Amino acid sequence: MKSIIRKRVVKGTGVAVAGLSALAVAVAAHAEGQTLNIVSWGGAYSMSQERAYHEPWMEMTGDEIVNIDQSANALAGLRSQSQAGNVTWDLVDMLPADAMIACAEGLIEPLDHDELLADAPDGTPPSEDFVDGALGECFVASIVYSNIVAFNSDMFPEDAQPSTIEDVFDLENYPGQRALMRRPINNLEWALIADGVDRDDVYDMLETEEGIQRAFDKLDTIKDSVIWWEEGAQPPQLLADQEVAFASAYNGRIFDAMVSENQPFEIIWDAQVFELDGWVVPTGKLDKVRDYLYFATDTQRLADQAQYISYGPARLSSSDLVSTHAESGIEMETHMPTYEPNFATAIQKDDEFWADYLDELSQRFDAWLAQ
Amino acid sequence: MSDSAAPLTTADGVPLKVSLRRAVRRSKFKALLLVSPLLLFLMIAFVIPIFEMLSRSVANPEVVNHLPRTVAALEDWDRQDVPGEPVFEALVEDLLEGQEARNLGLLASRLNYERSGMRSAINRTARGLRTMDPPYREGVIEANARWGELDTWKIIQREARLYTPSYYLAAVDRQLSPDGQITRAPDNLQIHVNLFWRTFWMSGLITLMTLLLGYPIAFLLASLPLRHSNLLMILVLLPFWTSLLVRTTTWIAILQSQGVLNDVMVFLGVIADEARWQMIHNKIGTVVAMTHILLPFMILPLYSVMKTIPPSYMRAARSLGGKPFLSFRRVYFPLTIPGMAAGGILVFILSIGYYITPALVGGQSGRFITNYIAYHMQTSLNWGLAAAIASILLLVVVVFYMVFNRLIGVDKVKLG
Repeated sequence: MKSIIRKRVVKGTGVAVAGLSALAVAVAAHAEGQTLNIVSWGGAYSMSQERAYHEPWMEMTGDEIVNIDQSANALAGLRSQSQAGNVTWDLVDMLPADAMIACAEGLIEPLDHDELLADAPDGTPPSEDFVDGALGECFVASIVYSNIVAFNSDMFPEDAQPSTIEDVFDLENYPGQRALMRRPINNLEWALIADGVDRDDVYDMLETEEGIQRAFDKLDTIKDSVIWWEEGAQPPQLLADQEVAFASAYNGRIFDAMVSENQPFEIIWDAQVFELDGWVVPTGKLDKVRDYLYFATDTQRLADQAQYISYGPARLSSSDLVSTHAESGIEMETHMPTYEPNFATAIQKDDEFWADYLDELSQRFDAWLAQ
Repeated sequence: MSDSAAPLTTADGVPLKVSLRRAVRRSKFKALLLVSPLLLFLMIAFVIPIFEMLSRSVANPEVVNHLPRTVAALEDWDRQDVPGEPVFEALVEDLLEGQEARNLGLLASRLNYERSGMRSAINRTARGLRTMDPPYREGVIEANARWGELDTWKIIQREARLYTPSYYLAAVDRQLSPDGQITRAPDNLQIHVNLFWRTFWMSGLITLMTLLLGYPIAFLLASLPLRHSNLLMILVLLPFWTSLLVRTTTWIAILQSQGVLNDVMVFLGVIADEARWQMIHNKIGTVVAMTHILLPFMILPLYSVMKTIPPSYMRAARSLGGKPFLSFRRVYFPLTIPGMAAGGILVFILSIGYYITPALVGGQSGRFITNYIAYHMQTSLNWGLAAAIASILLLVVVVFYMVFNRLIGVDKVKLG
């Protein structure tokens, strides 16, 4: 399919922002007016990055930032650009699992986090300020997002609203179609948890044949009621049209529909599978994006981004600065995956497990779908 | 008289034969020069990239390049037991070197195709090596249990060749056992063969549908007076000039369960509101949308053949006493066979290569094998497998083409 490349170029005026002395030094040494090609996911997420990072940066430095919505194929893009010997991307937003593979192939730069990134305002070095797993060999996270199941509250009586992941697999008490993403990731984890497996044992179980079979058997019980989606925009749409009662989705998309379209959606935070997302630097581009990376990952910028989208900042020091939604004025804290009550039964996606088993389980998943 | 026996020469005394040959050679050279930009372009932009891509379906340089010492050390291994310390020492050296050069990723992916879990076995072990002291055997096995399994070593030894049949075997749902026997993949991993069959039979069905729908239209086009046939031709070509995506999404709007066709049927009382037909995101969706999209490729070759059939043949058949159907079947129809064959081969070849339309309207059951080529190119990044599937498809197309050329002749393919 033809990729949609949205270009948004705003010429900065070069006004320096007062009160950011460390930044001012970085900016002073910075070459004027270069163009940065930044790859990201598009949609509401790119918008939040634009508001929180790109626009202030362009204003300050006079750089131009070109947004390329190619993160879904970032690994393929990095590999083919590198093989062609012409890397045009300067900074790429990708998932840590992809970053691990790209790093092992030498497609992206190893990062010395304490040297490259800003300290927290109280002087805590980055290696202590970022949440667990946020700093990979070649990766620095900017957000924590979550895969959740949401439902349309209009479709259930008020005194019988679903609340756990078991309810999603319970066709008897909670009838209706389910929309799930067409891939094994998340679905297998949820199936096991709904089948009574302890969330700490999920990935150990999935490394065994019995565990995989158990997960597929559980999925079999709802298979006839599932619509499989592939684009992130589909689940909110399906829920809004009441084509489905439940839909798995990225929490930010559901929040967006709840806030900006007043949809009667509710998120089941039980067994949310959370994951990080962040920056990698293609090999050879570190000097070009060094200053931008320093700026875009500092405490204030990550907190700013949370005004536009309900993804949690990857820095501990940013959490206290998270305020209200920029347009609706809603208090963002309770909508964050990292909010304490939401986080109680969360599972962290095991990237290493999926790096090992995704090929095999995808094939098995497709064969299961075709049965 | 003796003059006539002497060879003919040109004015400057060169034998005519030689001179002629020279002139022909010169004009041939000029012709070649004229087409050389196109030839060069085709070579660089088409032939070379295709061969480069297809060669990936057998290329297997990873183990040889990244584990040279390990492979050498495995040479006199008895394959009965997990190898001893010298092999592990070699492995550690290889992995350290790879970690230094940061190029272990391709090796890790390659071995992970053969055995899930090898990716982290290599990456995690390589990261932990710096702090490891000899003897290594125990430490490496402790770092990742895969190294303590006999099959891991058999696979490494098996894959220590520059070429592998693995990708082709995977493309037809077969696999190599660690000992090198070809076996059927487990039932729950069987997927490609079914998709190949589905791609072929559905393409055949689409070809048949375009023929059934296109034949009368082409006949009308060829027999109507020019004034009317021009208008009809524009109607045939109009969708041809519309974007593929637009035509495909229009079918979604028409066929989906809340779509136009279902709405009309509910309104007319043909079906109940709760029992709307599922006509999209399944095989029906793929067949309908692709039949529509490929229809012009059937109509145009048919039309170009029908145009050349003089109307007087039919008149002659009728005047010799043939009933309309008989004269059509015995006279007109046989004359259109080259057109049907040309349209058929065009539509069939185009439809086995389609992947956007099946991806959008095919759902799970209307997917083609081409969707898996796209998946392995863009998402799983298993380019070897993508190349293997693609070259099998290419082979089928070439076979069809050769059969067609033998039976009908490729010069019959005309688009107007």
